[in-house]
Amino acid sequence: MQLLRISDAVFRGLLNFRNGERTPNVAMSQKRRKSGMQISQGRNSRISQDQDDESEDRSFTQTSSSQVQRRMERLTVAQVDRKMAEVVQFILIKDQKKVPIKRAEIVKHVMKEYRDVYPEIMKRVTRTFEQVFGLKLVEIDTKNHVYILINKLEPIFGDQVGMGPGNHRTGLLFVILSIIFMKGGVVKESVVWNTLKKLRVEPGEKHEDFGDVKKLVTEEFVRQKNLEYVRIPHTDPVEYEFRWGQRAETEVSKIRMLQFVSELHDQEPQSWTQQYKEATTVEGPSSQR
Amino acid sequence: MAIPMTESHRRFLQTMMNGGIMEFSKAKILHRNCCEDQSAHAQLDEFIDVINTQLQPMFMQIRKGMSEDDGLQYYALVNMAETDVTRMSSDYADNELELFRKTMDLIVDSENGTASSTDILNCADSLQTKKMKKKEVEHVLNRLVQDKWLNEKRGDYAMSTRCIIEMEQYIRNVYQDLVKSCYICHSLAFQSQSCENPGCGIKVHLPCVARYFKSHTDPQCPACKDYWPHEIPVFPAQSPSQSTSSKENTAPTPSASHSRRKRK
Ligand SMILES: [Zn+2]
Ligand SMILES: [Zn+2]
Repeated sequence: MQLLRISDAVFRGLLNFRNGERTPNVAMSQKRRKSGMQISQGRNSRISQDQDDESEDRSFTQTSSSQVQRRMERLTVAQVDRKMAEVVQFILIKDQKKVPIKRAEIVKHVMKEYRDVYPEIMKRVTRTFEQVFGLKLVEIDTKNHVYILINKLEPIFGDQVGMGPGNHRTGLLFVILSIIFMKGGVVKESVVWNTLKKLRVEPGEKHEDFGDVKKLVTEEFVRQKNLEYVRIPHTDPVEYEFRWGQRAETEVSKIRMLQFVSELHDQEPQSWTQQYKEATTVEGPSSQR
Repeated sequence: MAIPMTESHRRFLQTMMNGGIMEFSKAKILHRNCCEDQSAHAQLDEFIDVINTQLQPMFMQIRKGMSEDDGLQYYALVNMAETDVTRMSSDYADNELELFRKTMDLIVDSENGTASSTDILNCADSLQTKKMKKKEVEHVLNRLVQDKWLNEKRGDYAMSTRCIIEMEQYIRNVYQDLVKSCYICHSLAFQSQSCENPGCGIKVHLPCVARYFKSHTDPQCPACKDYWPHEIPVFPAQSPSQSTSSKENTAPTPSASHSRRKRK
Protein backbone atom coordinates (compact mmCIF):
# COMPACT_ATOMS: atom_id res chain seq x y z
CA MET A 1 0.00 0.00 0.00
CA GLN A 2 1.90 2.97 1.25
CA LEU A 3 5.56 3.33 0.63
CA LEU A 4 7.02 6.70 1.31
CA ARG A 5 5.31 7.14 4.59
CA ILE A 6 6.38 4.97 7.43
CA SER A 7 5.63 5.40 11.06
CA ASP A 8 8.11 6.25 13.75
CA ALA A 9 7.52 2.95 15.45
CA VAL A 10 9.07 1.06 12.57
CA PHE A 11 12.14 3.18 12.71
CA ARG A 12 12.47 2.90 16.43
CA GLY A 13 12.32 -0.83 15.84
CA LEU A 14 14.95 -0.68 13.15
CA LEU A 15 17.21 1.45 15.29
CA ASN A 16 16.76 -0.94 18.13
CA PHE A 17 18.35 -3.84 16.37
CA ARG A 18 20.87 -1.72 14.55
CA ASN A 19 22.53 -0.41 17.68
CA GLY A 20 24.67 -3.23 18.94
CA GLU A 21 25.39 -1.59 22.25
CA ARG A 22 21.77 -1.59 23.23
CA THR A 23 20.23 -4.77 24.59
CA PRO A 24 17.77 -5.99 22.03
CA ASN A 25 14.26 -5.90 23.35
CA VAL A 26 12.84 -9.33 22.71
CA ALA A 27 9.33 -8.34 23.68
CA MET A 28 9.44 -5.56 21.12
CA SER A 29 10.62 -7.66 18.27
CA GLN A 30 7.98 -10.23 19.01
CA LYS A 31 5.37 -7.54 18.97
CA ARG A 32 6.73 -6.33 15.67
CA ARG A 33 6.61 -9.75 14.16
CA LYS A 34 3.05 -10.21 15.30
CA SER A 35 2.13 -6.96 13.62
CA GLY A 36 3.21 -8.26 10.26
CA MET A 37 6.70 -6.77 10.27
CA GLN A 38 9.04 -9.26 8.72
CA ILE A 39 12.06 -7.13 9.51
CA SER A 40 12.63 -8.48 12.98
CA GLN A 41 12.61 -12.16 12.19
CA GLY A 42 15.69 -13.94 13.37
CA ARG A 43 16.98 -10.75 14.94
CA ASN A 44 16.19 -11.47 18.53
CA SER A 45 19.76 -11.52 19.64
CA ARG A 46 22.81 -9.56 18.75
CA ILE A 47 24.81 -12.75 18.31
CA SER A 48 22.67 -14.03 15.45
CA GLN A 49 23.01 -10.65 13.80
CA ASP A 50 26.78 -10.81 13.96
CA GLN A 51 26.77 -14.26 12.47
CA ASP A 52 24.52 -13.02 9.70
CA ASP A 53 26.89 -10.23 8.88
CA GLU A 54 29.90 -12.48 8.84
CA SER A 55 28.34 -15.06 6.56
CA GLU A 56 27.22 -12.25 4.28
CA ASP A 57 30.71 -10.86 4.20
CA ARG A 58 32.10 -14.24 3.27
CA SER A 59 29.64 -14.65 0.44
CA PHE A 60 30.63 -11.23 -0.90
CA THR A 61 34.36 -11.77 -0.82
CA GLN A 62 34.03 -15.16 -2.44
CA THR A 63 32.17 -13.77 -5.42
CA SER A 64 34.42 -12.56 -8.21
CA SER A 65 33.26 -9.99 -10.70
CA SER A 66 33.27 -12.50 -13.56
CA GLN A 67 31.00 -14.76 -11.53
CA VAL A 68 28.67 -11.81 -10.97
CA GLN A 69 28.63 -11.14 -14.69
CA ARG A 70 27.76 -14.74 -15.49
CA ARG A 71 24.92 -14.70 -12.99
CA MET A 72 23.65 -11.40 -14.36
CA GLU A 73 23.35 -12.97 -17.79
CA ARG A 74 20.87 -15.49 -16.46
CA LEU A 75 18.50 -12.71 -15.32
CA THR A 76 16.09 -10.78 -17.56
CA VAL A 77 16.23 -7.00 -17.80
CA ALA A 78 12.80 -6.81 -16.18
CA GLN A 79 13.93 -8.91 -13.22
CA VAL A 80 16.95 -6.72 -12.63
CA ASP A 81 14.90 -3.52 -13.00
CA ARG A 82 12.32 -4.73 -10.53
CA LYS A 83 14.93 -5.66 -7.93
CA MET A 84 16.63 -2.32 -8.47
CA ALA A 85 13.30 -0.54 -7.87
CA GLU A 86 12.75 -2.48 -4.65
CA VAL A 87 16.16 -1.54 -3.32
CA VAL A 88 15.57 2.12 -4.23
CA GLN A 89 12.25 2.06 -2.37
CA PHE A 90 13.77 0.33 0.65
CA ILE A 91 16.53 2.91 0.91
CA LEU A 92 14.10 5.80 0.45
CA ILE A 93 11.93 4.46 3.27
CA LYS A 94 14.91 4.35 5.60
CA ASP A 95 16.12 7.73 4.48
CA GLN A 96 12.81 9.37 5.41
CA LYS A 97 14.06 9.34 8.98
CA LYS A 98 17.71 9.75 8.06
CA VAL A 99 18.51 6.32 9.43
CA PRO A 100 21.77 4.90 8.06
CA ILE A 101 21.26 1.74 6.00
CA LYS A 102 23.30 -1.43 6.48
CA ARG A 103 24.25 -3.64 3.59
CA ALA A 104 23.17 -6.65 5.65
CA GLU A 105 19.65 -5.22 5.86
CA ILE A 106 19.44 -4.59 2.14
CA VAL A 107 20.56 -8.13 1.43
CA LYS A 108 18.31 -9.74 3.98
CA HIS A 109 15.10 -7.85 3.30
CA VAL A 110 15.31 -6.94 -0.36
CA MET A 111 18.09 -8.62 -2.32
CA LYS A 112 17.31 -12.10 -0.98
CA GLU A 113 17.83 -14.59 -3.82
CA TYR A 114 19.54 -11.85 -5.86
CA ARG A 115 22.33 -11.46 -3.31
CA ASP A 116 24.90 -12.95 -5.65
CA VAL A 117 24.44 -10.04 -8.07
CA TYR A 118 24.44 -7.43 -5.29
CA PRO A 119 27.26 -5.29 -6.77
CA GLU A 120 25.56 -5.03 -10.15
CA ILE A 121 22.17 -4.13 -8.68
CA MET A 122 23.76 -1.54 -6.38
CA LYS A 123 25.51 0.03 -9.36
CA ARG A 124 22.11 0.59 -10.96
CA VAL A 125 20.61 1.78 -7.68
CA THR A 126 23.37 4.36 -7.27
CA ARG A 127 22.90 5.56 -10.85
CA THR A 128 19.14 5.91 -10.38
CA PHE A 129 19.57 7.90 -7.18
CA GLU A 130 21.88 10.32 -8.96
CA GLN A 131 20.00 10.66 -12.23
CA VAL A 132 16.40 10.66 -11.01
CA PHE A 133 16.47 11.87 -7.43
CA GLY A 134 19.60 14.00 -7.34
CA LEU A 135 20.82 11.96 -4.37
CA LYS A 136 24.12 10.26 -3.76
CA LEU A 137 24.42 6.94 -1.97
CA VAL A 138 27.54 7.13 0.17
CA GLU A 139 29.17 4.37 2.19
CA ILE A 140 30.03 6.04 5.48
CA ASP A 141 31.34 2.96 7.21
CA THR A 142 33.33 0.67 4.95
CA LYS A 143 33.91 -1.93 7.67
CA ASN A 144 30.25 -2.53 8.51
CA HIS A 145 29.02 -1.35 5.10
CA VAL A 146 26.70 1.40 6.23
CA TYR A 147 25.20 3.81 3.70
CA ILE A 148 23.45 7.15 3.85
CA LEU A 149 21.76 9.18 1.14
CA ILE A 150 23.07 12.68 0.70
CA ASN A 151 21.71 15.49 -1.36
CA LYS A 152 23.69 16.27 -4.48
CA LEU A 153 21.73 19.42 -5.23
CA GLU A 154 22.77 22.73 -3.82
CA PRO A 155 20.19 23.78 -1.25
CA ILE A 156 18.28 26.97 -1.93
CA PHE A 157 18.36 28.90 1.31
CA GLY A 158 15.46 31.18 2.04
CA ASP A 159 13.31 29.08 -0.24
CA GLN A 160 9.82 29.42 1.19
CA VAL A 161 8.27 26.61 -0.81
CA GLY A 162 7.77 23.27 0.83
CA MET A 163 8.22 24.77 4.25
CA GLY A 164 7.28 22.25 6.87
CA PRO A 165 8.44 21.54 10.37
CA GLY A 166 11.49 19.94 8.78
CA ASN A 167 12.60 23.20 7.24
CA HIS A 168 12.73 25.08 10.53
CA ARG A 169 14.95 22.30 11.79
CA THR A 170 17.15 22.64 8.72
CA GLY A 171 17.45 26.31 9.58
CA LEU A 172 18.50 25.54 13.14
CA LEU A 173 21.01 22.97 11.93
CA PHE A 174 22.39 25.49 9.44
CA VAL A 175 22.90 28.04 12.22
CA ILE A 176 24.77 25.51 14.38
CA LEU A 177 26.92 24.35 11.47
CA SER A 178 27.82 27.95 10.71
CA ILE A 179 28.82 28.60 14.33
CA ILE A 180 31.12 25.58 14.22
CA PHE A 181 32.55 26.52 10.83
CA MET A 182 33.20 30.13 11.75
CA LYS A 183 34.91 29.06 15.00
CA GLY A 184 37.35 26.88 13.14
CA GLY A 185 35.64 23.49 13.02
CA VAL A 186 35.11 22.67 16.67
CA VAL A 187 33.29 24.47 19.50
CA LYS A 188 32.40 23.80 23.09
CA GLU A 189 28.74 23.11 23.54
CA SER A 190 28.31 26.14 25.81
CA VAL A 191 29.19 28.37 22.83
CA VAL A 192 26.40 26.84 20.79
CA TRP A 193 23.83 27.08 23.59
CA ASN A 194 24.75 30.71 24.30
CA THR A 195 24.44 31.68 20.65
CA LEU A 196 21.08 29.94 20.40
CA LYS A 197 19.90 31.77 23.53
CA LYS A 198 20.64 35.05 21.74
CA LEU A 199 18.34 33.80 18.98
CA ARG A 200 15.68 33.11 21.66
CA VAL A 201 16.08 29.35 21.38
CA GLU A 202 16.44 28.02 24.93
CA PRO A 203 18.04 24.56 25.03
CA GLY A 204 16.36 23.74 28.33
CA GLU A 205 12.83 24.65 27.24
CA LYS A 206 10.26 23.18 24.89
CA HIS A 207 10.40 25.17 21.67
CA GLU A 208 7.31 25.67 19.51
CA ASP A 209 8.98 24.39 16.33
CA PHE A 210 11.83 22.25 17.66
CA GLY A 211 10.32 20.62 20.74
CA ASP A 212 13.12 19.56 23.07
CA VAL A 213 15.97 21.61 21.57
CA LYS A 214 18.78 19.87 23.40
CA LYS A 215 17.47 16.46 22.40
CA LEU A 216 17.05 17.53 18.77
CA VAL A 217 20.58 18.90 18.58
CA THR A 218 22.53 16.33 20.58
CA GLU A 219 20.55 13.24 19.59
CA GLU A 220 18.64 13.65 16.34
CA PHE A 221 21.16 15.79 14.46
CA VAL A 222 23.88 13.45 15.69
CA ARG A 223 21.99 10.35 14.62
CA GLN A 224 21.48 11.93 11.19
CA LYS A 225 25.27 12.36 11.01
CA ASN A 226 24.86 16.10 10.67
CA LEU A 227 26.70 16.85 13.92
CA GLU A 228 29.26 15.15 16.08
CA TYR A 229 28.83 15.59 19.82
CA VAL A 230 31.81 14.30 21.74
CA ARG A 231 32.95 14.52 25.34
CA ILE A 232 36.10 16.55 25.83
CA PRO A 233 38.58 14.27 27.63
CA HIS A 234 39.63 15.02 31.23
CA THR A 235 36.97 17.60 31.92
CA ASP A 236 35.37 17.95 35.33
CA PRO A 237 32.55 18.83 35.25
CA VAL A 238 32.06 16.98 31.99
CA GLU A 239 32.13 19.14 28.88
CA TYR A 240 31.17 18.32 25.31
CA GLU A 241 32.13 19.79 21.95
CA PHE A 242 30.48 19.94 18.53
CA ARG A 243 31.93 19.24 15.10
CA TRP A 244 30.40 18.80 11.68
CA GLY A 245 29.07 15.29 11.08
CA GLN A 246 29.81 13.22 8.01
CA ARG A 247 26.53 14.05 6.32
CA ALA A 248 27.07 17.78 6.75
CA GLU A 249 30.62 17.48 5.43
CA THR A 250 29.38 15.94 2.20
CA GLU A 251 26.08 17.78 1.84
CA VAL A 252 26.65 21.35 2.92
CA SER A 253 28.54 23.78 0.73
CA LYS A 254 31.00 25.75 2.86
CA ILE A 255 31.32 28.56 0.35
CA ARG A 256 27.56 29.06 0.34
CA MET A 257 27.58 29.07 4.11
CA LEU A 258 30.32 31.69 4.13
CA GLN A 259 28.41 33.79 1.61
CA PHE A 260 25.35 33.58 3.84
CA VAL A 261 27.29 34.65 6.94
CA SER A 262 29.03 37.45 5.01
CA GLU A 263 25.70 38.83 3.90
CA LEU A 264 24.48 38.83 7.49
CA HIS A 265 27.55 40.82 8.53
CA ASP A 266 27.55 42.91 5.37
CA GLN A 267 31.14 41.99 4.53
CA GLU A 268 33.06 40.23 1.79
CA PRO A 269 33.54 36.47 2.21
CA GLN A 270 37.28 37.03 1.65
CA SER A 271 37.52 39.00 4.91
CA TRP A 272 37.38 35.68 6.80
CA THR A 273 40.73 34.50 5.47
CA GLN A 274 40.87 31.11 7.14
CA GLN A 275 37.26 30.16 6.38
CA TYR A 276 37.51 31.44 2.82
CA LYS A 277 40.58 29.35 2.24
CA GLU A 278 38.92 26.24 3.59
CA ALA A 279 35.69 26.82 1.69
CA THR A 280 37.46 27.29 -1.62
CA THR A 281 39.98 24.47 -1.32
CA VAL A 282 37.84 21.74 0.21
CA GLU A 283 35.56 20.06 -2.30
CA GLY A 284 31.98 21.00 -1.53
CA PRO A 285 28.87 19.37 -2.94
CA SER A 286 28.70 22.00 -5.70
CA SER A 287 32.00 20.89 -7.16
CA GLN A 288 30.97 17.26 -7.29
CA ARG A 289 28.57 17.92 -10.09
CA MET B 1 11.50 8.93 -26.23
CA ALA B 2 12.22 10.05 -22.71
CA ILE B 3 13.29 13.62 -22.07
CA PRO B 4 16.21 13.55 -19.64
CA MET B 5 15.75 15.05 -16.20
CA THR B 6 17.64 18.19 -15.23
CA GLU B 7 18.62 19.58 -11.85
CA SER B 8 15.31 21.47 -11.88
CA HIS B 9 13.30 18.24 -12.12
CA ARG B 10 15.35 16.63 -9.36
CA ARG B 11 14.93 19.62 -7.10
CA PHE B 12 11.16 19.57 -7.65
CA LEU B 13 10.99 15.84 -6.99
CA GLN B 14 13.01 16.14 -3.79
CA THR B 15 10.64 18.77 -2.44
CA MET B 16 7.66 16.58 -3.33
CA MET B 17 9.29 13.70 -1.48
CA ASN B 18 9.65 15.80 1.66
CA GLY B 19 5.98 16.68 1.98
CA GLY B 20 4.30 13.95 -0.06
CA ILE B 21 1.57 16.35 -1.14
CA MET B 22 1.57 19.93 -2.38
CA GLU B 23 -1.15 22.38 -3.30
CA PHE B 24 -1.22 23.44 -6.97
CA SER B 25 -0.30 27.12 -6.53
CA LYS B 26 2.60 26.15 -4.29
CA ALA B 27 3.74 23.61 -6.87
CA LYS B 28 3.71 26.39 -9.47
CA ILE B 29 5.89 28.60 -7.30
CA LEU B 30 8.20 25.68 -6.65
CA HIS B 31 8.34 24.93 -10.37
CA ARG B 32 9.27 28.54 -11.08
CA ASN B 33 11.95 28.54 -8.38
CA CYS B 34 13.37 25.25 -9.60
CA CYS B 35 13.68 26.55 -13.14
CA GLU B 36 15.10 29.91 -12.11
CA ASP B 37 18.04 29.85 -14.48
CA GLN B 38 16.16 28.70 -17.58
CA SER B 39 14.67 31.39 -19.75
CA ALA B 40 12.02 29.24 -21.41
CA HIS B 41 10.73 26.39 -19.32
CA ALA B 42 7.96 23.89 -19.88
CA GLN B 43 4.47 24.05 -18.47
CA LEU B 44 4.08 22.48 -15.03
CA ASP B 45 2.20 19.41 -16.26
CA GLU B 46 4.76 18.73 -19.00
CA PHE B 47 7.51 19.26 -16.46
CA ILE B 48 5.91 16.68 -14.16
CA ASP B 49 5.46 14.28 -17.09
CA VAL B 50 9.22 14.22 -17.53
CA ILE B 51 9.65 13.29 -13.87
CA ASN B 52 6.90 10.67 -14.05
CA THR B 53 8.52 8.94 -17.02
CA GLN B 54 11.67 8.47 -14.95
CA LEU B 55 9.74 7.47 -11.83
CA GLN B 56 7.75 4.79 -13.61
CA PRO B 57 10.34 2.00 -13.21
CA MET B 58 10.25 2.67 -9.46
CA PHE B 59 6.44 2.32 -9.43
CA MET B 60 6.09 5.89 -8.28
CA GLN B 61 4.15 8.78 -9.77
CA ILE B 62 3.20 12.40 -9.13
CA ARG B 63 -0.57 12.54 -9.49
CA LYS B 64 -3.00 15.44 -9.43
CA GLY B 65 -6.30 15.49 -7.57
CA MET B 66 -8.76 17.74 -5.78
CA SER B 67 -9.04 17.98 -2.03
CA GLU B 68 -12.56 17.34 -0.76
CA ASP B 69 -11.78 19.62 2.15
CA ASP B 70 -10.86 22.85 0.42
CA GLY B 71 -11.61 22.17 -3.25
CA LEU B 72 -8.04 23.02 -4.26
CA GLN B 73 -5.94 20.95 -6.63
CA TYR B 74 -3.04 19.04 -5.12
CA TYR B 75 -0.13 17.05 -6.44
CA ALA B 76 0.68 13.91 -4.50
CA LEU B 77 3.65 11.60 -4.83
CA VAL B 78 2.12 8.15 -4.82
CA ASN B 79 3.41 4.65 -4.79
CA MET B 80 1.86 2.08 -7.06
CA ALA B 81 3.96 -0.92 -6.12
CA GLU B 82 2.63 -3.94 -4.29
CA THR B 83 5.89 -5.63 -3.43
CA ASP B 84 7.26 -7.41 -0.42
CA VAL B 85 9.08 -4.24 0.45
CA THR B 86 5.99 -2.09 0.54
CA ARG B 87 4.08 -4.64 2.55
CA MET B 88 6.95 -4.75 4.96
CA SER B 89 6.87 -0.98 5.32
CA SER B 90 3.35 -1.18 6.62
CA ASP B 91 3.64 -1.69 10.33
CA TYR B 92 -0.07 -2.00 10.86
CA ALA B 93 -1.14 -5.28 12.39
CA ASP B 94 -3.74 -7.39 10.58
CA ASN B 95 -6.54 -6.29 12.88
CA GLU B 96 -5.44 -2.67 12.52
CA LEU B 97 -5.63 -2.96 8.74
CA GLU B 98 -9.02 -4.61 9.09
CA LEU B 99 -10.19 -1.69 11.20
CA PHE B 100 -9.00 0.67 8.46
CA ARG B 101 -10.91 -1.34 5.86
CA LYS B 102 -14.05 -1.25 8.06
CA THR B 103 -13.64 2.49 8.39
CA MET B 104 -13.45 2.75 4.59
CA ASP B 105 -16.66 0.64 4.39
CA LEU B 106 -18.41 3.06 6.75
CA ILE B 107 -17.18 6.05 4.75
CA VAL B 108 -18.35 4.52 1.47
CA ASP B 109 -21.78 3.65 2.94
CA SER B 110 -22.26 7.05 4.54
CA GLU B 111 -24.25 9.94 3.10
CA ASN B 112 -21.60 12.54 3.68
CA GLY B 113 -18.34 10.64 3.26
CA THR B 114 -17.40 10.45 6.92
CA ALA B 115 -17.47 7.82 9.64
CA SER B 116 -18.10 8.75 13.26
CA SER B 117 -15.74 7.51 15.94
CA THR B 118 -18.71 5.83 17.65
CA ASP B 119 -19.49 3.76 14.57
CA ILE B 120 -15.85 2.82 14.14
CA LEU B 121 -15.65 1.79 17.79
CA ASN B 122 -18.71 -0.39 17.29
CA CYS B 123 -17.11 -2.44 14.54
CA ALA B 124 -14.06 -3.11 16.68
CA ASP B 125 -16.03 -5.88 18.39
CA SER B 126 -16.73 -7.68 15.14
CA LEU B 127 -13.17 -7.77 13.78
CA GLN B 128 -12.39 -11.18 12.30
CA THR B 129 -8.66 -11.06 12.96
CA LYS B 130 -8.54 -9.94 16.58
CA LYS B 131 -10.87 -7.82 18.68
CA MET B 132 -9.70 -4.42 19.79
CA LYS B 133 -10.27 -2.47 22.96
CA LYS B 134 -11.61 1.07 22.85
CA LYS B 135 -8.23 2.49 23.77
CA GLU B 136 -6.51 0.50 21.02
CA VAL B 137 -9.02 1.69 18.44
CA GLU B 138 -8.40 5.29 19.43
CA HIS B 139 -4.68 4.72 19.21
CA VAL B 140 -4.91 3.18 15.73
CA LEU B 141 -7.17 6.00 14.50
CA ASN B 142 -4.64 8.47 15.84
CA ARG B 143 -1.88 6.79 13.87
CA LEU B 144 -3.96 6.64 10.71
CA VAL B 145 -4.46 10.40 10.99
CA GLN B 146 -0.78 10.98 11.72
CA ASP B 147 0.24 8.87 8.73
CA LYS B 148 -2.20 10.87 6.60
CA TRP B 149 -4.57 8.08 5.71
CA LEU B 150 -7.50 9.75 7.43
CA ASN B 151 -8.57 13.24 8.40
CA GLU B 152 -10.39 13.90 11.63
CA LYS B 153 -12.84 16.70 12.30
CA ARG B 154 -14.83 16.77 15.55
CA GLY B 155 -14.85 12.99 15.94
CA ASP B 156 -15.72 12.28 12.31
CA TYR B 157 -13.22 10.58 10.05
CA ALA B 158 -12.85 11.15 6.32
CA MET B 159 -10.36 9.88 3.78
CA SER B 160 -7.45 12.23 3.32
CA THR B 161 -6.73 13.87 -0.02
CA ARG B 162 -3.53 11.93 -0.41
CA CYS B 163 -5.28 8.66 0.45
CA ILE B 164 -7.95 9.25 -2.22
CA ILE B 165 -5.40 10.22 -4.87
CA GLU B 166 -3.20 7.25 -4.04
CA MET B 167 -5.90 4.63 -3.54
CA GLU B 168 -8.40 5.70 -6.21
CA GLN B 169 -7.88 2.60 -8.34
CA TYR B 170 -7.90 0.28 -5.35
CA ILE B 171 -11.11 1.81 -4.02
CA ARG B 172 -12.84 1.53 -7.41
CA ASN B 173 -11.80 -2.13 -7.67
CA VAL B 174 -12.93 -3.05 -4.19
CA TYR B 175 -16.18 -1.08 -3.98
CA GLN B 176 -17.15 -1.04 -7.67
CA ASP B 177 -20.72 0.36 -7.93
CA LEU B 178 -20.81 1.36 -4.27
CA VAL B 179 -18.62 4.38 -4.94
CA LYS B 180 -19.64 7.17 -7.28
CA SER B 181 -17.72 9.74 -9.23
CA CYS B 182 -18.49 13.40 -8.89
CA TYR B 183 -20.81 14.50 -11.71
CA ILE B 184 -18.81 17.70 -12.17
CA CYS B 185 -15.15 16.64 -11.93
CA HIS B 186 -15.45 12.85 -12.41
CA SER B 187 -13.14 12.03 -9.49
CA LEU B 188 -14.23 9.75 -6.66
CA ALA B 189 -16.74 11.51 -4.42
CA PHE B 190 -16.99 10.96 -0.68
CA GLN B 191 -17.67 14.23 1.09
CA SER B 192 -20.47 15.27 -1.26
CA GLN B 193 -24.16 15.99 -1.82
CA SER B 194 -26.42 13.78 -3.90
CA CYS B 195 -29.49 14.37 -5.99
CA GLU B 196 -32.64 13.08 -4.23
CA ASN B 197 -34.42 12.15 -7.45
CA PRO B 198 -34.48 8.31 -7.21
CA GLY B 199 -33.95 7.96 -10.94
CA CYS B 200 -30.85 10.19 -10.81
CA GLY B 201 -28.94 10.15 -7.53
CA ILE B 202 -25.74 11.74 -8.85
CA LYS B 203 -23.09 12.89 -6.42
CA VAL B 204 -21.22 16.20 -6.42
CA HIS B 205 -18.27 17.11 -4.19
CA LEU B 206 -18.98 19.91 -1.73
CA PRO B 207 -16.39 22.22 -3.33
CA CYS B 208 -17.76 21.34 -6.77
CA VAL B 209 -21.30 22.14 -5.52
CA ALA B 210 -20.04 25.47 -4.26
CA ARG B 211 -18.42 26.28 -7.58
CA TYR B 212 -21.24 25.00 -9.78
CA PHE B 213 -24.12 26.71 -7.95
CA LYS B 214 -22.26 29.92 -7.27
CA SER B 215 -24.73 32.80 -7.78
CA HIS B 216 -27.61 30.41 -8.58
CA THR B 217 -30.74 31.45 -6.68
CA ASP B 218 -32.71 28.38 -7.79
CA PRO B 219 -30.26 25.47 -7.87
CA GLN B 220 -31.10 22.49 -10.10
CA CYS B 221 -29.42 19.10 -10.41
CA PRO B 222 -26.89 19.36 -13.21
CA ALA B 223 -28.03 15.96 -14.54
CA CYS B 224 -31.84 15.70 -14.20
CA LYS B 225 -32.68 19.37 -13.54
CA ASP B 226 -34.64 18.43 -10.39
CA TYR B 227 -34.61 20.89 -7.52
CA TRP B 228 -31.29 20.63 -5.59
CA PRO B 229 -32.51 20.30 -2.01
CA HIS B 230 -29.26 20.89 -0.12
CA GLU B 231 -27.75 23.94 1.40
CA ILE B 232 -25.07 25.28 -0.93
CA PRO B 233 -21.77 25.26 0.96
CA VAL B 234 -19.50 28.27 0.82
CA PHE B 235 -15.81 27.66 0.39
CA PRO B 236 -13.07 30.12 1.23
CA ALA B 237 -11.92 32.21 -1.71
CA GLN B 238 -9.48 30.11 -3.69
CA SER B 239 -6.86 32.69 -4.44
CA PRO B 240 -3.25 31.50 -4.18
CA SER B 241 -2.61 33.80 -1.23
CA GLN B 242 -5.13 31.87 0.84
CA SER B 243 -4.03 28.45 -0.19
CA THR B 244 -1.34 28.26 2.48
CA SER B 245 -3.75 28.38 5.36
CA SER B 246 -6.28 26.10 3.74
CA LYS B 247 -3.62 23.52 2.99
CA GLU B 248 -2.62 23.43 6.59
CA ASN B 249 -6.22 22.81 7.55
CA THR B 250 -6.27 19.56 5.63
CA ALA B 251 -3.23 18.23 7.38
CA PRO B 252 -3.82 16.40 10.61
CA THR B 253 -3.13 18.87 13.36
CA PRO B 254 -1.99 18.26 16.88
CA SER B 255 -5.15 19.92 18.14
CA ALA B 256 -7.29 17.34 16.36
CA SER B 257 -5.64 14.45 18.10
CA HIS B 258 -5.63 16.40 21.30
CA SER B 259 -9.37 16.83 21.26
CA ARG B 260 -9.80 13.12 20.71
CA ARG B 261 -7.63 12.35 23.67
CA LYS B 262 -9.74 14.62 25.82
CA ARG B 263 -12.93 12.82 24.98
CA LYS B 264 -12.10 9.46 26.45
ZN1 LIG C 1 -16.06 17.03 -8.00
ZN1 LIG D 1 -30.46 14.60 -10.39
